Amino acid sequence: MPATTHPTSETASFDVEALRADFPALRQDVYEDTPLAYLDNAATSQKPTPVIERLDGFYREENSNVHRGVHRLSQDATEAYESARESLAHFLNAPDPDQIIFTRGTTEGLNLVSSTFGRMVVEAGDEILLTEMEHHSNIVPWQMLAEQVGASIEVLPVTDRGELRMDLLPEMLTDDTALVAISHVSNTLGTINPMADVIDVAHAEGVPVVVDGAQSAPHMPVDVQALDADFFVFSGHKVFGPTGIGVLYGKREHLEAMPPYQGGGDMIDQVSFDGSTYDGVPHKFEAGTPNIADAIGLGTAVEYLEDLDWEAVQTHEDDVLRCATERVQNVEGTQIVGTAPDKTSVLSFVFDDIHPYDAGTVLDREGVAVRTGHHCTQPLLERYGLPGTIRASFAAYNTHEDVDRLVEGLQKVRRMFG
Amino acid sequence: MPATDTVSDRAQQIVDEFSLFDDWMSRYEYLIELGDDIPLLEEEKKTDENYVHGCQSDVWIETELDETDTALCVQGDSNAKITKGLAALIIRVINEQPPEAVADADFDFLDDIGLHEHLSSQRNNGLKAMIETVQERARET
Repeated sequence: MPATTHPTSETASFDVEALRADFPALRQDVYEDTPLAYLDNAATSQKPTPVIERLDGFYREENSNVHRGVHRLSQDATEAYESARESLAHFLNAPDPDQIIFTRGTTEGLNLVSSTFGRMVVEAGDEILLTEMEHHSNIVPWQMLAEQVGASIEVLPVTDRGELRMDLLPEMLTDDTALVAISHVSNTLGTINPMADVIDVAHAEGVPVVVDGAQSAPHMPVDVQALDADFFVFSGHKVFGPTGIGVLYGKREHLEAMPPYQGGGDMIDQVSFDGSTYDGVPHKFEAGTPNIADAIGLGTAVEYLEDLDWEAVQTHEDDVLRCATERVQNVEGTQIVGTAPDKTSVLSFVFDDIHPYDAGTVLDREGVAVRTGHHCTQPLLERYGLPGTIRASFAAYNTHEDVDRLVEGLQKVRRMFG
Repeated sequence: MPATDTVSDRAQQIVDEFSLFDDWMSRYEYLIELGDDIPLLEEEKKTDENYVHGCQSDVWIETELDETDTALCVQGDSNAKITKGLAALIIRVINEQPPEAVADADFDFLDDIGLHEHLSSQRNNGLKAMIETVQERARET
């Protein structure tokens, strides 16, 4: 690998090589003599050793079912599980750990809210306001709800650069708007939406806001109270945590008013054949044996994240994104998709008429892991008239050398297909 | 009339050709060349019926029996060059073969040339669905 000639972005408080040393999956050859340059972090992040060891340790020494167990292991497991909830509450600055519901991930969080809160507040003739840049998981659950209750979906458009048309927001919030569901950061464009402003404007009209934080939680400190979000959902696997675990934060008054999502064990107070009464929040939303190990692993992941110097991490991530943007732009024939001034971690682009699948296949053989296609945002890609993009997405552990590898890979793509 | 060489004869021929290349890049370059060489599917044949949707790339497949009703003529196209090259390989082994040979064909030769990963459903480039479509049509004829 050629030595990088870029100025180093390492600061006294952030040593990217030390961080990388914590992520064993980054140190591998994906093909012969071809080390991995992992640039698919918007899809999922790699896991640091403390998370891997926490999962291993749980299964070796603490594994037991949680809640109501009188034996020692069950008490340990319950304590670890509930302490992970506390770590998550701290991570989001939630007022109370009870407002943290463990889910399978962002998708389940959104489905939970649409099936419970959505059914409470959205009525026939109402409107649900989404944006043009939403991931399918923040579109389809609302379409299903709209169909069930006879509501309609309204869509706040984006500009050519990939910014929300905030100027249209006030007029799109009509008397019929029952709810706004919006991503904090676009998974395809990297745009950071002005979430506090959106929430202020919506709340001024008395409209609650559900925030899809799948792409923001990994890259910026999130304060759900400062945002005044009604709901905030994200996935564990994108924040260095395990797959199959995620978080739904909700305002207490909403969570208490909402009916349960699924019925079963662990969510009830009393059960008889004449009827059942439910446990309080958060447990009424966690039917059945929860994903104990991964919740605990997620707790470790967010503690790990919080131990990093966020200011330094963000400076580094911004630096890598800026460098990647400039260098990819300089490869003849590329065009960046999503050039909002306020962006994080995602670089989407098209490359002349080279099909993203072709480019992705060649990049893969060069060890560069990117994602190609529509990134589960078909309406957004349609808005830009594109069948798909090539998306490089970054995490704190990515370096200028990863950017070198991407650019060298793209030059090879050009030689083969250009 | 059906071709005289069988599906496996042609698969072996492809394996032999690819064995001349010792690195992935030349294999892919050859694959792209093969895709460029197959006749383009005329626009009017790119119908909904012939369209196979892939999440990553799109494929069109056209099949018809030859004038003697004993061999299946297959044509295909894709909007991605690697997918088109792979479609060209698949077409090459089954084109003008008896429908029953097409229905029974396997494509393990792609394993031998290191390209089988493109047939996994995870890739979702339309090739797997293309093969299913061709074989279904072959069984129906």
